[in-house]
Amino acid sequence: MTATALPSERTGTAARSRPGALGKVKKIFFPVAPTYLFMIIPAIVLFTFFIIYPAIQGMFWSFTNYVGYGTWHFVGLANYKAAFADPTIRDSYGFTLLFAVVACILTNAVAMAVALALNAKIKWRAGFRTVFFMPLVLSGLVVSYIFSFIIGNSVPIIATAIHFAPLESDILANQHTAWLGIVFVASWVAIPGAIIIFLAGLVSIQPEVYEAASIDGASTWKQFQRMTFPLLFPFFVINTILTFKNFLNVYDICVGLTNGGPGTATTSVAQTIFSGFFTGDYAYQMANAVIFFFITLLFAIFQLGVIRRRGGSL
Amino acid sequence: MATEVSTTPVVAAPRVRTRRPRPVPEGGRVNWGLTIIIAIVSLIVIIPLYFAIAMALKSPAQTSSTGFNFPWPIHWGNFRAAWDLTNTPLAFSMSLLITVIAVAGEIFVSALAAWAIVRNWHHWQFKATFVYLLAALFIPFPVVALPQVKLMASIGLANPFGVAILHIMFALAFNVLLFSAFIRSIPVELEEAARIDGCSTWQTFRKVLLPLLAPISATIGIFAFLQSWNDFMMPQLITANPKYQTLPVVQYLFQDQFTTNLNVAFASYLMALLPTLVAFLIAQRWVVSGIMRGSIK
Repeated sequence: MTATALPSERTGTAARSRPGALGKVKKIFFPVAPTYLFMIIPAIVLFTFFIIYPAIQGMFWSFTNYVGYGTWHFVGLANYKAAFADPTIRDSYGFTLLFAVVACILTNAVAMAVALALNAKIKWRAGFRTVFFMPLVLSGLVVSYIFSFIIGNSVPIIATAIHFAPLESDILANQHTAWLGIVFVASWVAIPGAIIIFLAGLVSIQPEVYEAASIDGASTWKQFQRMTFPLLFPFFVINTILTFKNFLNVYDICVGLTNGGPGTATTSVAQTIFSGFFTGDYAYQMANAVIFFFITLLFAIFQLGVIRRRGGSL
Repeated sequence: MATEVSTTPVVAAPRVRTRRPRPVPEGGRVNWGLTIIIAIVSLIVIIPLYFAIAMALKSPAQTSSTGFNFPWPIHWGNFRAAWDLTNTPLAFSMSLLITVIAVAGEIFVSALAAWAIVRNWHHWQFKATFVYLLAALFIPFPVVALPQVKLMASIGLANPFGVAILHIMFALAFNVLLFSAFIRSIPVELEEAARIDGCSTWQTFRKVLLPLLAPISATIGIFAFLQSWNDFMMPQLITANPKYQTLPVVQYLFQDQFTTNLNVAFASYLMALLPTLVAFLIAQRWVVSGIMRGSIK
């Protein structure tokens, strides 16, 4: 009785509907109390204006020859055709994908090993955790500047002193090896986040499971292979998704370490798209951005599919 | 489901640990071999940080060719020089301004939106809104950057406020997802009780819901802080006037001037890194549990 007597605002359910066409229109557009609408409509309007509108606008420009100002006309799919044939753009995708895959594997492998160690019976566990978590809060660009000096200057001197040939010259100045430096620094920054997620997974595994396995005579490696890894798998999936998505958008670490060089060897997709501002290739780079969006989306759908199949929750 | 269970011990464990010194892990011996291995691996984290600190505390004459030598006697002058050269106070204020607006805005805007969606889930309009937001979950900044820069300039928001607004909007989809998952676990009876006692919708939100949302708000706040404080891409492109740039961008803008004196450069890097590092060391427990909660949900 109380519930029906309360005004609609109190119950939060359907508004009192008036008979007639006006009431029906009102019910479709304002089915709930105005307070709720005040909560959500400004957010949605701003979201549409700041995110969706530029996205649609960008897609529109990608079919034109717009240079960022002045007149323009439609050119159909010419930008897309040119983008697919452009070696600069192709190389930026090649570099970004190679980097993202390798960095993703490295990050997950190292993070899992460190997380296992940090969860084991070691001395000063809390202190070691603090040390390994520290890079989490550091700015990628500033970290890259520090590493660009270490890798470019200090490491070659030390490598020469100990006669370690591969590092005797600056790997960032060599167009075939520069991407390895970027993989290293990007992983350095990304590993703490992955460790935290793996630790969350390890904590959730009940110790009784291991006791039972020990009694049954399972070796440490067998325990990892048959129990820890399968139980950690959902966390492995989460980590892969989070790190891969971030690695695809890599920008500040490339800028800080090599600034895209030598040549364009480490120019990421993001950096290529931004170049549209300075080179007048506005519409052309928007076509590139649309292609990049669909690639990102493809990976997202693929990853969500994997999660759904595993029955995990995200 | 399994992940749901895992969050509880994770959050509870550190609280116990800080009360009294942690005893040797239950029942077993300390694994010294592993301790040594992990100590060696931890050097990968420690050495670059030591390097940055050591470089910042030396004069050019003291700096050895590798730069790894210990800074003695300590040379504090680099910090003063970096402070004056890069106009650190202004850059610091800009970073702080963006971060504060982004953290407060992300929590407030997305909590309200998520609550409205969850409590009106039976209306298709709200379901559609949710799907609409989620569809934008995978739009990365580079994809919309070019039109966005023009848009922000044309409405006079090519400044730190614009950057903060964009941070809030980009994070909206993910935050609403996190908040709505959390709100679904809060019994609606609590809110109904408040309403019977005479609370309006706003009052219910402020007095009942917001306190209950504290843990997940902390998670979102930490993500917002890390993203907006360290972001380089967005402020670099959106903010038109170099005077109003954030700390990371200022490092970038002054990079060329640093080449003459590397020690000043490292002092400047350190000043950009230290605030977050200190904040992290103080609030480590909340940061770690916050990230765990956010990633698992």
